Amino acid sequence: MIELRDVHKRLGGRQILDGLTLTVPEGMNFVLMGPSGTGKSVTLRHVIGILKPDQGSVRVDGQEVPAMDRAQLMALRKRMGYLFQNGALINWLTVAENVALPLREHGRLPRAETDDRVHEVLRLVGMDHAAHQYPPSISGGMRLRTGLARALVTKPEYVLYDEPNAGLDPIISQQIHELIVEVRDKVGVTGLVVTHSRACATFCGDRIGILEQGRLAVEGTVAELAHSDHPLARAFLGGDAD
Amino acid sequence: MNVFAKLGGFLLARVDSAGYVVDLLVRAIGSLHRLPRRLRFTLDMAFNAGVRSLPVTMVVAAFAGAILAMQTGIELRRFGDTAVLGTITALSMCREMGPFITGVILAATVGSSMAAELGTMQVSDEVSALEVMSVDPVDYLVLPRVVALAIMCPLLTVLSNLVGIYGGSVIAEHNLGVSPDLFWQSAREALTSSGTLLPKEVYVGLFKAFVFGTAIATVSCASGLRASGGALGVGLAVQAAVRNSVILIIVLGFIVTWFFYFLTG
Repeated sequence: MIELRDVHKRLGGRQILDGLTLTVPEGMNFVLMGPSGTGKSVTLRHVIGILKPDQGSVRVDGQEVPAMDRAQLMALRKRMGYLFQNGALINWLTVAENVALPLREHGRLPRAETDDRVHEVLRLVGMDHAAHQYPPSISGGMRLRTGLARALVTKPEYVLYDEPNAGLDPIISQQIHELIVEVRDKVGVTGLVVTHSRACATFCGDRIGILEQGRLAVEGTVAELAHSDHPLARAFLGGDAD
Repeated sequence: MNVFAKLGGFLLARVDSAGYVVDLLVRAIGSLHRLPRRLRFTLDMAFNAGVRSLPVTMVVAAFAGAILAMQTGIELRRFGDTAVLGTITALSMCREMGPFITGVILAATVGSSMAAELGTMQVSDEVSALEVMSVDPVDYLVLPRVVALAIMCPLLTVLSNLVGIYGGSVIAEHNLGVSPDLFWQSAREALTSSGTLLPKEVYVGLFKAFVFGTAIATVSCASGLRASGGALGVGLAVQAAVRNSVILIIVLGFIVTWFFYFLTG
């Protein structure tokens, strides 16, 4: 379970998070929405320990993330996957090498098993045909799918998705949404999804929270928010949204 | 904000940057045991650094040697003592000019490219991606670059020295009437007078080049890793990398010379 309690964070002279409290129950996808610049990606970075809060508590499975030393943080990160907005692939490695990177760096598996695992997740995201291509020669959607494969290759318990369908066409977007649901249902992965997309939120989310001015303005299930009168819920999930 | 607060802020930022560079170097040295895992990448880096900077280093070294011989020769001719031209050119190239020229060119070509590469990786979240995969960016990105330049800078300096002395010999022969035999004999005697296998002038110069290579790579990687704010931030990181590298080359060059020739004799 991921828990944030009264988290405050100031960056570049701006108060980004201002008392954010949220809970992501195990085995669920929690979707975080909100206007740009309200701290959605910053929230993800607190969960994985790239950023430390100025005040407040960030816990994963009861362990306080900001208090972790380097070894504990590395152990936590090995249990987590993170999908960056643009995939964040290493340009001089092929698609397959990018996906294999976390396995190779930590020497978890013999080479043959690593290769099998890499091709298994590449097939899952529909990228096995491009395994030997380099990131600059593939499309944005393919980079994102490769990033997702890399996030899943270590069989993480948690995956943090940062705008998993940004800039993608509706067909590829839907494939990504289906993958997010599939890894929750088949593998039991707990997900925290940051998105602006109503389609993504309603398809992938078990619960949805909408951020405003650094804290959750409204939270509930998809059905609850779809019928909510809250202006932000209507703006992000109402009939005119997306 | 008053002038003292501004000055204080400026100094704090400089101290913070310097501390980051030193910390990065210490962490890179601490990761040296991981070098065998990064050997292929390190060799690629070293090869690229050598190939990318070799032509321009050779051209600049040849002309630097030629200018050195010309300027010195003009004065020596007045005293009829052009026979020592080889000595002066060889000693100047090996002690100072060779490492300095090589360092500055490596800072401009390879250092700038390192800062741009790492800066782009930083602003496009690739460095963060390594961190969330529990891959240490210092071990994965910085160590191979520092080792590559620490090796390549002395190697290129050897070539710079030779080409620079050759440039001087051409000017000595054609403009100052010093025969190549006399020039090279004078250069050889200057460099072998100590009777040791590796004369002090050469090893101090090569040590300087090693220090320059390490400093250029560390400063450039640090600039890249601290880049922020998209393309503009990457541009500023490249600018800072080249500027700080050149300043360090001059300051460290002075310190090494002072250490070997004045402190330890």
